[in-house]
Order: sequence, then structure tokens, then C-alpha cells
Amino acid sequence: MQKLINGQPIDVNEEGYLTNLTQWNEGVAETIATEEGVGPLTTRHWDVLRFLQDQQRKEVALTIRRIGQSGVVSIKEFYDLFPGGPLKKASKIAGIPKPASCI
Amino acid sequence: MTDAMIKETPAAAARAEAQPIKKVCFILSKATLDSVYACMVMANGARMEGIEAEIFFTFFGLDAINKKRMNNLHVATVGNPAMHIPTMLGGLPGMETFVTSMMKKEMEALDMPEIPEFLDILSASGAKMWACKLAMDMFHLEKEDLFDELDGVLTVGQFYERAAGSGTQIIFI
Repeated sequence: MQKLINGQPIDVNEEGYLTNLTQWNEGVAETIATEEGVGPLTTRHWDVLRFLQDQQRKEVALTIRRIGQSGVVSIKEFYDLFPGGPLKKASKIAGIPKPASCI
Repeated sequence: MTDAMIKETPAAAARAEAQPIKKVCFILSKATLDSVYACMVMANGARMEGIEAEIFFTFFGLDAINKKRMNNLHVATVGNPAMHIPTMLGGLPGMETFVTSMMKKEMEALDMPEIPEFLDILSASGAKMWACKLAMDMFHLEKEDLFDELDGVLTVGQFYERAAGSGTQIIFI
């Protein structure tokens, strides 16, 4: 399905996660971040979002533990940056699939 | 059910109408490795979903936050039918250690942290962790014996006060 995000038709699944990362841009990220109650995005948010996208391109499964070990952000800061379900929200804003991990 | 009815009540709409869980409070009363991990994975999973999580460590559950013992938790090989080994074999010297090390290897492969690291992750994630006052008195434990990020020591009544609210679930392990 398609959804109009930041004035552009974007391919998303039924939960609103992008299904095509090439359609992602910073404007799309800002719009989703506002919808999710996270925005406006700061430099620290962008650091995390770019890290998540890198991991996705390398096909590494994301867990809270790996994010803590990344050196990009501590677990505490991750929760502070993306309050209320950080891994899910950050993934949605980064335009990558919903993480399937339980840990 | 007709196609029209299914369209009117999609699963997503049903989920949106349901009252979400706001907070889960776990009471951990055991210190077998599987019980402790079940509790910690569920509490961490709650935080990942934006749900508040608290753990009340009582009775043997205190071992999971006891600095001297938390690195030495075991899987029960005796009296545990799910092990699918004869009880007499499960009781052989070294069997618990062997089975525990096998299970830890499997868990490490799934990126599950050791207990002390898991407690750090839970603490950083905003989960609240409490020790039971009565059980501490019973086992002659002081706050200094327990891990440093513990949020405090509570009576049963104080724990129930923390669980107040209509969106709270209490889970006993």
C-alpha cells in the first residue's frame, strides 16, 4: 500500500513501515518522527538512524543489546531519544523493517 | 462470517480498540536460570514496547541480584521433566553445570546477555528493580550484597502500591 508522507506517495506496510528504503529521505523521516511523537530530529537522532540503516544494509538483526554495544548510542540515551518503544520507532523513522527481535 | 463482516472488523481495528497494557510488574521468586531469563526477557520486551516494567525479587529470586551468586545460576536437571533425562542421571555430579553451560551457549548465540549485563540493560532501559525486604531479612542480606543499580528495598505493601493503576499486570514467576 501507499501512504502520502511529506507530500510524496511512499510504499508502506499496514503498520506504516517503509517497504522500500530508496524512497526514504530526511523529509520523510521528519514527518514520521512527528507522527510518532519523537521529532524534531536532532544530530543525535540522525546518528542513530544512519547506524540503523547501515545495519539493515549489512543485514544484521537489531537488538537493544547490539545498539548498546554499537558505540553510537548508550541504551539509556536510545530510550531518551525515542521514547515509548525505541527500536520500533527508530526503525520506522529510519525507513527499515520492524525489528523481529524479542531482545 | 461473511466477507463484509470480516472487512468491518479487521484485526488492526480490534487492536486499536483494546486497552493497551501500561505496566507489567514481575515477581521473581525463583533463581533457576530459565526462570530468571524468562522474567528478564519479558521485562526487557515490555520496555522495548514502551510498556513500564518493574521486577520484585523475592525468596530465591534474590539470587539473581546477589553479586556473589548471580554469575552462578543453574538450570535444574533434577525434578524437571522437560529435561527429558532420567532423574538419577540428572543428579550425577557435574550434570547441572554441564547442562547449564550448554544452555548458555545457545543463549549467547541468540545475543542474550549474561545476568549482570542483563540487569544493566534493564536498568538503562528504565525498568525498576526492587528487592523484597522480608526475603532479605530471611537470607540475612544487606543492600550492599545486591547489584548496585537496584532501585531499593520494598515491603509487599509498597510493591502493591507501585502496581496501582488499571493498565497494570502482575506476573508471578
